[in-house]
Amino acid sequence: MQQTPTLTHVAEPETTTGQDHRKMLIWIFLGSECMFFGTLLATYLIYEGQSLVGPYPKDILAIPVTSVSTFVLLASSLMMVLAVTAIERGNIKAFRIWVLATAIMGATFIGFQVFEFNHFVHEGLTPRTNLFGSTFFTLTGFHGAHVTVGVIWLFSLFVGSLRGRVNQGNSLNVDIAALYWHFVDVVWIVIFTVVYLLGVGLAD
Amino acid sequence: MESKASHSEPTYPSPLTYVKVGALLGIITAIEVGIFYVEALKGIMLPIFLVLSAVKFALVAMFYMRLRFDTRLYSGFFVGGILLATAVLVALMALFGIFVLEA
Repeated sequence: MQQTPTLTHVAEPETTTGQDHRKMLIWIFLGSECMFFGTLLATYLIYEGQSLVGPYPKDILAIPVTSVSTFVLLASSLMMVLAVTAIERGNIKAFRIWVLATAIMGATFIGFQVFEFNHFVHEGLTPRTNLFGSTFFTLTGFHGAHVTVGVIWLFSLFVGSLRGRVNQGNSLNVDIAALYWHFVDVVWIVIFTVVYLLGVGLAD
Repeated sequence: MESKASHSEPTYPSPLTYVKVGALLGIITAIEVGIFYVEALKGIMLPIFLVLSAVKFALVAMFYMRLRFDTRLYSGFFVGGILLATAVLVALMALFGIFVLEA
């Protein structure tokens, strides 16, 4: 009688570097993403202070609200790494809790961004208003899009774990998603400092 | 067929270490926001914020992204991208005269 194969760790083919190709690929991708956001940030910095008409950063950027969303995203990064640790140790229940919490916090961050963008539009700042509007919405909009993709990815991992498709044997899939998520957090660290704190703090 | 172990598995930190790093990140962010509201520090805000954000960046990259514990190949890919991005950023800013002091 044919036995149903049990779920075991499938040995990956040996690579020349000794590392899994998928993990190498995500790191190469993140390196390219550094350049992508670097150019967006450079464009923002070049045009900073060059707007002919308002609203200007000091008129519109709300540090208290954005500080809260920053804390939310930082906390989500902690939850993500705890999710990875859980799945690597085979604790599926803990993984589900942590990855769902990460996704919810990511969605909360997006909620803050949507609220902020809406508020800015009502205050008269759109991508077409001035250079600040163009560069701000492009930079933070692309970041928000990346966070959204990450949230969808994390929700899919959660659903996958419910269906038994995410487990200790393929924890690398979670590790890769986590790397993407931490990168998104790291980009926000830079944006929050340069655009918000320095943009408003040094405005005068 | 036995699979040949191609590399040794790295040892990653415990969850408690991650929580400590998370707390540190929160404290640094709180310090940044606090400094923002101190008028007396406005003159040195730029270097302080750059240093603090660099520390946060490094903490997330080394501990949460586990670059400290993984092969240096990954660090090479990531840091290489960061260095290129920084070079492009500085070059563009120089090209557009951001570093030119006004008379």
